[in-house]
Amino acid sequence: MTTRIQKEASKESLLLNMGPSHPAMHGTIRIMLELDGERILNSEVEVGYLHRGFEKICENRTYFNLLPYTDRMNYVSPLINNLGYVMTVEKMLGIEAPERAQYIRVIMSELSRISDHLTCLAAMAMECGAFTVFLYNVKAREYIWDVIEETTGARMTTSYIRIGGVRADLHPGYKAVLKKAIVETRKVLKDIRGLLDKNIIYLNRTRDIAIVSPETAISYGWTGPCLRSTGVYYDVRKASPYAVYDQLDFEVPLGERGDNFDRYMVRMKEMDQSLRIIEQAMEKMPRPSPSKLMVEALEPAEAIKASRTKRVEKEIKLSPNLEGSERGKYLDILGTDKKYVVPPKEDTYTSIEGIINHFKFFMRGHGIRPPKGEAYFSVEGGNGELGYYIVSDGTDRPYRLHLRAPCFHIVSALEEMIKGHYIADIIPTFGSTNMIGGELDR
Amino acid sequence: MIGNFVTTRFNYILGWARKYSLFHYPFITACCGMEYMSTAASHFDWDRFGTGWTRFSPRQSDMLVVCGTISHKLAPVLRTVYDQMTEPKWVMAFGTCAVSGGIYDNYAVVQGSDRIIPVDVYIPGCPPRPETVLDGLIKLQEKIQKQEQEWRWKKRK
Repeated sequence: MTTRIQKEASKESLLLNMGPSHPAMHGTIRIMLELDGERILNSEVEVGYLHRGFEKICENRTYFNLLPYTDRMNYVSPLINNLGYVMTVEKMLGIEAPERAQYIRVIMSELSRISDHLTCLAAMAMECGAFTVFLYNVKAREYIWDVIEETTGARMTTSYIRIGGVRADLHPGYKAVLKKAIVETRKVLKDIRGLLDKNIIYLNRTRDIAIVSPETAISYGWTGPCLRSTGVYYDVRKASPYAVYDQLDFEVPLGERGDNFDRYMVRMKEMDQSLRIIEQAMEKMPRPSPSKLMVEALEPAEAIKASRTKRVEKEIKLSPNLEGSERGKYLDILGTDKKYVVPPKEDTYTSIEGIINHFKFFMRGHGIRPPKGEAYFSVEGGNGELGYYIVSDGTDRPYRLHLRAPCFHIVSALEEMIKGHYIADIIPTFGSTNMIGGELDR
Repeated sequence: MIGNFVTTRFNYILGWARKYSLFHYPFITACCGMEYMSTAASHFDWDRFGTGWTRFSPRQSDMLVVCGTISHKLAPVLRTVYDQMTEPKWVMAFGTCAVSGGIYDNYAVVQGSDRIIPVDVYIPGCPPRPETVLDGLIKLQEKIQKQEQEWRWKKRK
């Protein structure tokens, strides 16, 4: 198959293929280069190597069942992807999560943002030869994932944020783990700045390379840290605040020149701001409402036994099994409307109403059915504005779901960014765009 | 051990040497790459098991780590990388997508990398935890130790 560049290239120039499995390019993408010596005259970026049919799959899954697929879009920050999808559905249903759940969502998405930026900078620095930075960043990411794991039960693909709230409350000892993660991340950020900020090798490879003007960035539809590195003040968290971002105090760091170094710098500063947000959210988060009197409550096993002969009248002790149960204790993290929240397993196994609710939720044609219409909602993802556009025809499956992936717009400018530079400049430029295959090709 | 020498079979010692020096080529496509990073970096550090050296050239590597979803567009690339590797070579299918296609049962995704290349060890999980990966690695090392080794001047039957 001849590509566009093969047809257009002049006879004197050299054609070089880069990717799709290239050591210095994390993720699968192919760049065809037209070279004059080492200078890039033209290039063609080919995407689609990780096309997994996300949007088509979503048309065949119920609103509840397609949540795990959103985890795997931007797999470095899965919780933000969950949040974007869930808030879109909530917008369609016209419901809102309890306040404590909103704070948990903010903490979780900021943790994800930090892990996203850490991974991006780790890969970018490693590809420039700074392997220490990679090791430090992954170390910090482990501490962050410890917090996420203890609360959600999974390291990466969590499916934690649910329609109507979050799946479970923060685990009892979360404060100590979270504080440790914050301290460790701050240490690592300080170390990285010491290693890279005045490092002449790193500066030579990033300063004034791949400069993007604000006009170009906007015309390509850039958002997120890459747009802010050009000096444009746009952040979804500030422009149209969702969750409780309007009650938290944080700054939006801006760059000046829009080169690789600025993209690195904006990400570093954003991580500081994210840590600030987490600390504030920890302070401001409302306490869980006092639990119901559980003295006379039955153990679930006893209740199941008793329910075989007659109706159980007493309260049932709900176990903290991350099933959205413990409702008495945690009324303020997940809604109670049975139309959009999975009923607790204890109810399902002990009462006839519970089992009917369960079937009404999971049976084909039932479950979450947003009214006819369409909705768009966007959150600030790791790479920028992460938007979900859902068309509903009134059934339990979306008629159409479209993901506005921020990384697609950034990668589409890659050809223009690397034009006129050397081959070696592709590596930090590509690293700074933070291409994530799952999000780019969907 | 008697005196200062050890008796062993050449086949055994070659297996022992090979299992502790697995140069690997990470064929990272998707989410599993993040867990690959964690496993390879200092926290879980699979260098402890002799798998530290990441070679980004298939010609220098012994183990191909298929990390993530293989779409139909990427399948020929994976096959090329495998063919470029020199013998002896082993393949680790890392994560459910590489094992069986995982949750992506659709038109775009190859239903398991063993449809394209022979796989030695399957590691389930979406993505697998680093502990699972280390367990899979140890299983692969056991397999390498047990198997019949090939060398250049070996007498063929």
